Amino acid sequence: MPDNRRVSTSKVATMRDAIADLVRDGNTVAIEGFTHLISFAAGHEIIRQRKRDLTLARLTPDLIYDQMVAGGVARKLIFSWLGNPGVGGLNAIRRRVEAGPVAASGEPALELEEYSHFGMVGRYMAGATNLPFFPLRSYFETDLPRANPLIREIESPYGDGTVYAVPPLKPDVTIIHAQRASAAGDTQVWGLLGCQKEAAFAADRLIVVVEEVVDESIIRADPNRTIIPGLIVDAVVVEPFGAHPSYVQGSYDRDNRFYLDWDPISRDEAATQAWLDEWVYGLAGRAEYVEKLGVERVASLRPGPAPSGVVDYGDYR
Amino acid sequence: MATPRATAFSQSEMMIVAAARELAGQRVCFVGVGLPNIAVNLAKRTVAPDLELVYEAGVFGARPARLPLSIGDPTIVTGATAVTSMFELFAFYLQGGLIDVGFLGAAQVDRFGNINTTVIGDYDAPTTRLPGSGGACEIAINARQVFIIMRQSARSFVEKIDFRTSPGNLGGADNAARIRREQGWLGRGPSVVVTDLGIWHFGDDGEMRLDSLHPGATLEQVRETIGWEPRIADDLAVTPAPTDEELRLIRVELDPGGAYTK
Repeated sequence: MPDNRRVSTSKVATMRDAIADLVRDGNTVAIEGFTHLISFAAGHEIIRQRKRDLTLARLTPDLIYDQMVAGGVARKLIFSWLGNPGVGGLNAIRRRVEAGPVAASGEPALELEEYSHFGMVGRYMAGATNLPFFPLRSYFETDLPRANPLIREIESPYGDGTVYAVPPLKPDVTIIHAQRASAAGDTQVWGLLGCQKEAAFAADRLIVVVEEVVDESIIRADPNRTIIPGLIVDAVVVEPFGAHPSYVQGSYDRDNRFYLDWDPISRDEAATQAWLDEWVYGLAGRAEYVEKLGVERVASLRPGPAPSGVVDYGDYR
Repeated sequence: MATPRATAFSQSEMMIVAAARELAGQRVCFVGVGLPNIAVNLAKRTVAPDLELVYEAGVFGARPARLPLSIGDPTIVTGATAVTSMFELFAFYLQGGLIDVGFLGAAQVDRFGNINTTVIGDYDAPTTRLPGSGGACEIAINARQVFIIMRQSARSFVEKIDFRTSPGNLGGADNAARIRREQGWLGRGPSVVVTDLGIWHFGDDGEMRLDSLHPGATLEQVRETIGWEPRIADDLAVTPAPTDEELRLIRVELDPGGAYTK
């Protein structure tokens, strides 16, 4: 294990540099965030840099992995729910799964390794806590252990029955999106927390993409909101609107129109590739993407205010 | 057969109202998107005002101000009692036994309430690749009871499901009760199936039985949309039609765009 503790200096990097330096062909990559805070900006940069043979892990592959599979970066998916949330299926992925051993495009079929949500969370938990497995009461009397032999039944060492175990998942790279971080990578999130903390601590390398970088004093004024310390962060990328078309609590809403639009686009391979040409390969990065979306569309996704109350941590000197 | 009523309603509205009424007296409910979400929110405004809404994305005590577009919509966060990590939600709340009712849908269900949401056809070369478990497998095992809400069709109500994603009453109630007890599961399995045609409960032997037929639906329709000879209650009831107030809540407050109810 590399010692990735760093002194508290700036880790701010461009998306291009962070992906080029930290994501390598053949890696296991986890872009986590459960419907909330999905780093589409990072996924698009991985496509743009034409990374190859990645194993992509996520509870819900969502549109971002559908796009990345269409972009040819992946050889395998590790997941628990494969769909376009609230809309339907993930069509680019389905084309690589339902076609048999060789897809129509000539690519090999996508390898699948599937769990349940709790199983995936448990895998990150085991990875983050340096344990050989995570025990859970799921999977009994189902066909899932047969479909995935890494899900195994084990005896309780205390003689009170059996449970199922899932193995640790330690991504080479975890990428998360957050509302804010300090330049050193101390990261704060509010709204749905998903399993970003577990996936971050389980990873060998960690990229945090944020709406804004804030002064360390802002972080220190509200330490309960910090989910990840800069200690384990390798790069901080500032990418406002980087989670679109997913959302950021308090900043912008899910762009449901895009989730609906993706369904017909992704049903057609040529339309899918044309979309990638227009919105990924044809743009230098997220700033151009936001400009292309247009101010009206961006403005339409801004929520009204609902600020939290202020708590008093107390001054103890 | 249908009772006279003031207002016409859709099959989806009948499903939502029937599911909501089944939630009377329940306290903590694990909600899914779509019809279950509307049913649970309707129950909270009618038969179960103390109902706590739990979303697998990590929210306890949600008060959604609009119809959530997905399982992780930001509206379930604003104003909620608690936001939890998904680990806490699945470990403490679900596996810890705090969930009274979990809602599940299915691509295929059998007479014992076993559920397939993984593949149609062979697992390694599927005809249709479905989403997979998500949280369904652990909801089926750990929620105190499971409500299934889905439309009836011969393709979905089948003699034998292609893949068992989530266990119901397994091969029958005796077997299921023994296994659930021996394995330390806290859940008792499926208790009700609400469809577009009627309401099914599970009998002592673990098989679903049609207890109530929705107004306008016929037994012939029920038999045409099911892959086995269905068990029909001797005292088969007719589901009371949605009241004007139930329809108002659905149409005005819960799904004003008619996204799930038309």
